[in-house]
Amino acid sequence: MVTSILNRFTGVALSAGLLLLVYWLTAVAGGAQTQLRAARLLSLPVAKLVFAGIIVAFSYHLVAGIRHLIWDTGRGLERNQARRSAWLIAAVSVALMLIIGYGAWHAGASAP
Amino acid sequence: MARRGVRAVSLRSPLGQVLGTGSARQGVHHWWVQRLTSIALVPLSIWFLVSLLSLPSLDHWVVSAWMAHSVTALLLILLVLVAAWHSQLGLQVIVEDYVRGNGARTLTLVAITFAHVLLGAAGVLAVLKVALRGVQ
Repeated sequence: MVTSILNRFTGVALSAGLLLLVYWLTAVAGGAQTQLRAARLLSLPVAKLVFAGIIVAFSYHLVAGIRHLIWDTGRGLERNQARRSAWLIAAVSVALMLIIGYGAWHAGASAP
Repeated sequence: MARRGVRAVSLRSPLGQVLGTGSARQGVHHWWVQRLTSIALVPLSIWFLVSLLSLPSLDHWVVSAWMAHSVTALLLILLVLVAAWHSQLGLQVIVEDYVRGNGARTLTLVAITFAHVLLGAAGVLAVLKVALRGVQ
């Protein structure tokens, strides 16, 4: 199933996201100078691309993960139900992507 | 399940059936923790994004004041620990599925586990550092 493989793929991307999160937390703990250096690194175009990727991965993984949890209760496993929920999670995750992307864009605009 | 005229024969030993742990001696522990962490990550990750993105700016004073707040510090620590645990379990399954060779697989799993313990500890240390010294 494409949706299942995508869940793994986005999960791996989010592991990289966790690495970035810990890096950023460590930079904040390191003081104003360290954080400023990290913020410069994290506002490079490459880093913005990585953030965009992480937002896409997060949106998908969250929604698809909730679908897996519902499947674990034994619901929605019929083929036509699964096909319908595949479209549903695609739509919801795209909506989530846009919302988070909008929020991140605004936060990014006020970043140092 | 015994159907009419057919007696189902289990290949599992009586002791194995009672213990219910399977050949990996882990039972459903991995599966269960993966579910627990994913349930916990739904509110934690949504809180993190909403809370972070609603800060007026991301400069040092704003972010460290945010992190120094006890509720934020607590939730950040939980987020880092639960996410690290979930990530380790997820990557473990992928490695077990795709990495060939016992030696290579074990080495990769050891490296992944160590890396995640390090990540978790570093994240907790960073949050505590900010939370315990207060805003500077």
